[in-house]
Amino acid sequence: MIGDIWAWLTTASHWDGQDGIWARTWEHLQYTLLAVVIALVIAIPIGALIGHTGKGTALVAGLANALRALPSLGLLVIFALWSLDHLPIGIALQSASIAVLVLLAVPPILTSTYAGVAAVDPATRDAAAGMGMTGRQVLLRVELPIALPLVFSGIRSGYLQSVATATIAAIVSLGGLGRYVIDGLAQQDYPKMAAGALLVALLAIVGDRVLAMIGYLLVSAGLTGRRTLARRPAPAPSEVVMPATT
Amino acid sequence: MFSKRAAAIAAILAGSLALAACGSSSNPLASGSSGSGSTASGSSSSGASTSGSATSGSGASSSGSSSSSSASSSASSGSASSPSASGSASGSAAGSSSAPAGGPIVIGSANFLEAELLAQVYAAALKAKGVDVSTHLDIGSREVYLKAMQEGSINLLPEYTGGLLAYYDKDSKATSPEDVYNALTKVLPDSLTVLDRSPATDQDSITVTKATADKYHLSSIGDLAPVADQMTLGGSSEFQTRPYGPQGLKDVYGVVFKNFKVLGDSGGPLTVKALKTGLVQATDIFTTNPAIAENDFVVLKDTKNMFQAQNVVPLIAKSVATPTVTDALNAVSAKLTTEALTQMQKVVQDTKADPADVAAKWVSDNGLG
Repeated sequence: MIGDIWAWLTTASHWDGQDGIWARTWEHLQYTLLAVVIALVIAIPIGALIGHTGKGTALVAGLANALRALPSLGLLVIFALWSLDHLPIGIALQSASIAVLVLLAVPPILTSTYAGVAAVDPATRDAAAGMGMTGRQVLLRVELPIALPLVFSGIRSGYLQSVATATIAAIVSLGGLGRYVIDGLAQQDYPKMAAGALLVALLAIVGDRVLAMIGYLLVSAGLTGRRTLARRPAPAPSEVVMPATT
Repeated sequence: MFSKRAAAIAAILAGSLALAACGSSSNPLASGSSGSGSTASGSSSSGASTSGSATSGSGASSSGSSSSSSASSSASSGSASSPSASGSASGSAAGSSSAPAGGPIVIGSANFLEAELLAQVYAAALKAKGVDVSTHLDIGSREVYLKAMQEGSINLLPEYTGGLLAYYDKDSKATSPEDVYNALTKVLPDSLTVLDRSPATDQDSITVTKATADKYHLSSIGDLAPVADQMTLGGSSEFQTRPYGPQGLKDVYGVVFKNFKVLGDSGGPLTVKALKTGLVQATDIFTTNPAIAENDFVVLKDTKNMFQAQNVVPLIAKSVATPTVTDALNAVSAKLTTEALTQMQKVVQDTKADPADVAAKWVSDNGLG
């Protein structure tokens, strides 16, 4: 079996063309990234606001957890049937699939953002307010940067969720690596199916590492304990706790 | 640092597990939502169709017992995993006392609505002739129930000529109704035989909307040749690689479509909607799908017998094939049409009626009872 999968993966013709691995991987990545970006736009402001104000925590936590429990496949079929009737035919199925992925990517990002913001040390928050920062400034310049590591772990799990689930877009005739899994199963071409699953796992690992790297670079050095020896300026009194963004 | 990495690996493993789960669960739902006993996909799949027919058309496997748990039809209905076999086993035993030697004839069926309906039709027709029968429906895929037949725990089953032939002779090239039937009679095990085939078929077809058919003056598949390059063909993943898929269309009819879209629900709601909304202009759909009549779709004639014939035929153990039984079943086959079969399925799906009642009604309406 392992040999069959290897043979399938190393066949040159499986890599090129419209049904090739490169094209399918690119499609898969497109669905995933689009969904994650949309989820970010939705989840981070809401999560930050809830974490900052402390209002609606129970509601959103409950809602987010309920979203996680949604059966994505059934949801996809319902969305697909609806969108074929109501959206332009060219984008109907894509929209349905992306919507499902967004619904799955929002909960981890949302919960981790609000948890991260809510968990900021009250003393730090008080200090920022004491310096004369407005609520908005406290959130944007103090709370969010401090919450960033947690936010990133949310983004990473949102990405993993999307990358794994983007597989089912193949059910509604779209591309992506799911094509190999779904077609392989239906055509009893199990090496193809297993290779597809393997490629999805690989994409998950690679994407996760890339996101971890971005997170590592974005999180304030003051939080990670990461210090660059070359650049360690003595803090001027005027810029006290302003987190650096490099 | 190490623990962080370990956590990441664990997360990835979890992710790929979730993926695997999603991959395998997809099938039942996809075809489950079809709700239309999408048999032929499973049945024609070269015999070894464990997953294919095991899951196909579970949409309405409501089984013998009345009302109760049927999860039938309509979009999105859950996986509809079949109700307990015990419920159906005892479904309609009862009945007359004039048993032939060796107890009642046990009628089995595969696990989709259409097969169950056919089994109930046989049961009703035999009961009407005073034969003692019992039913054991909703058995599963062909591998399973044919084994039960050879062991003698099942004596009679509705089958499809092409699918059954493919099970016993994978390489058979026969496609026309006569050829398939004749080839089938030669490959069956000694203890089994098939009676007359009925004109009713449940097989793949190339189907278009009425509007498309009118626009391009289409009546047979061959008519597509000059216009197919402007059209998108839909069909299941299996269809894509079968000898009668896009390659067969090209070889047999010289029809080459612009492209092919995989519609994962074997003629279910998604396929129907895709055809209606113009996502695809032609699609593979099973001939007994009630959606064809409901939407005024046009099934293009397969004049060159590219699709393997899938006539409904009773598969019976020779030991129980008495003249009374044989005559009763042949009379059923003579009357049974694709339309009748489609209509019965539609009634069950629309009204949630008990398949046994629907079958019995058809039998008496046609003077067989």
